[in-house]
Amino acid sequence: MPRYAMEVIKKHKKTIAIAAFFTFVLLLTGSLFLFQGLTTKNAYFFFPRRLSKIAAVLLVGYCVSYSSVTFQTITNNRLLTPSIMGFDALYLFIQTVIVMFSGQKKIAMMSGYTNFFVSVFVMIICSFGLFLILFRGREKNIYFLLLTGTVIGSLFGGLSSFMQVLLDPHEFSILQNKMFASFNNVNQNLLQVSAILVAVTMLLTVRDNPYLDVVSLGQEHAVNLGVNYRRVVLKNLMVTAVLVSISTALVGPITFLGILVVSITRKVTTTYKHTARIAMAFLTSSTLLVSAMYLTERVFKYSAPISVLINFAGGIYFIYLILKERKA
Amino acid sequence: MIRSENLVKSYGEKVVLNNVSLNLPKGKMIAFIGANGAGKSTLISLMSRIVPKTEGCVYVDNKELQQWNNNELSKRISILKQSNHLNIRLTVRELISFGRFPYSKGRLTKKDNEIIDKALSFLSLDNIQHRNIDELSGGQRQMAYIAMIIAQDTEYVFLDEPLNNLDMRHSVQIMKGLRKLVDEMNKTIMVVIHDINFIAYYSDYIIAMKDGKVVSQGYTDEIITKEVLKEIYGMDIDVQSVNGKPICLYYN
Repeated sequence: MPRYAMEVIKKHKKTIAIAAFFTFVLLLTGSLFLFQGLTTKNAYFFFPRRLSKIAAVLLVGYCVSYSSVTFQTITNNRLLTPSIMGFDALYLFIQTVIVMFSGQKKIAMMSGYTNFFVSVFVMIICSFGLFLILFRGREKNIYFLLLTGTVIGSLFGGLSSFMQVLLDPHEFSILQNKMFASFNNVNQNLLQVSAILVAVTMLLTVRDNPYLDVVSLGQEHAVNLGVNYRRVVLKNLMVTAVLVSISTALVGPITFLGILVVSITRKVTTTYKHTARIAMAFLTSSTLLVSAMYLTERVFKYSAPISVLINFAGGIYFIYLILKERKA
Repeated sequence: MIRSENLVKSYGEKVVLNNVSLNLPKGKMIAFIGANGAGKSTLISLMSRIVPKTEGCVYVDNKELQQWNNNELSKRISILKQSNHLNIRLTVRELISFGRFPYSKGRLTKKDNEIIDKALSFLSLDNIQHRNIDELSGGQRQMAYIAMIIAQDTEYVFLDEPLNNLDMRHSVQIMKGLRKLVDEMNKTIMVVIHDINFIAYYSDYIIAMKDGKVVSQGYTDEIITKEVLKEIYGMDIDVQSVNGKPICLYYN
């Protein structure tokens, strides 16, 4: 069907052009990051480390993109991202508890398998528990769930700031490392485990995209069209919980990226199809993260954390959007 | 055939639908009438499983709603509610193609495209099929949604106030279209419409509701009478015959 293919290309010309541009920037910054300054002598040391950072970025980029795009679909709201469920607050709470009670083994506890699995496990159990308890009733809607998530999130936020006050400065400085997203200390083994977990969720969700397309019409239309709405929503919330937990435990609080990525994607994607929107969001987040990582490491020499750069760029983008909307 | 037995819907203590048992005749245009809050929308929402019922049974072709496979059921019944707010950008054609989802799960076949084309021309939407939904007027948007339901191609169609916010021209166009679906394709269409004269002119069968109960039902000429309307609306409504069709004068 070449004619049909031509029509699709023509209709989504803008989207395809922007996707090509992002791919170009991604490849450019990615290869700069990977190859700049490599010599035959140091390559064996630097190259695998850089490669694993890129892998971590792509993994986290996928987690954030998939969860943010689909979260807006199931909540039928374009301003919400999974961060409203308080995952970051819960993560910081877990870290604070670990620092507070792990005694002599603090440093060891703060990195490696134990921390990762404890964090992922607690976050997933908490969110599954929340979903299952709150989603069982017949008349409950998803906003009730989100509101509860928000309240519980601020409870954890409050608890962890209280506990942080009790820490001594040395303990607090250990904790502080965990409070900002960073791709520098990603453990290779953890990266493999995360990649496997994420691959499993990909397999589980590979057929969901057409159903999500229907859910984006709203609950009543979805039910009318024969979609098991509650099952799609519940499954999606669980997958989101897994993805957000993995990415947060791997690199730290990163959900702030979601709103930026998903708005850019919405702005530049002309199709409603989730397959395309998730792919575009993945491309956007990877491009943003790789560029930001390149800038943090090579240009600013670690003087600014990656979240500062991304929030700075995101802030400028939002101001631009507001100004543009006002003129229109 | 769609049949309900002792259907009840309550929100907490408040009972909005009280023991409704109905047999809906097949191949007719059936109108639900009654004052605001009489339970018409709730009734059709329960019958089309959009809203879960509190008690009672609904049978579609002699099978209870819960025994139906959800996807198979969506090839038998469809419903369009009043408020339709979209958060995504869709063209008219894309929206209508969602009506084919129960059949093709998002991968449109040649047959699907033919049915979509038919639905488009049925409501004369061909020339705006590539426009975005959010650029349309309220009437055009409503027509697009109705076209989606037509593309869903179900035996039974529920429409909750399809004429809401439409001008006379669009209203008549939609009612004529629905009439054609009943007469030519033998569909059963169930509508909630507030304008009694549209009902008097186009519908075959009327179900009148008051305070969550069915107070009377019957063919149009049996219901559109001064006595029955007085009981339903508590108003003195003068019913005149114009060109063989009853017209209600309720303005004074």
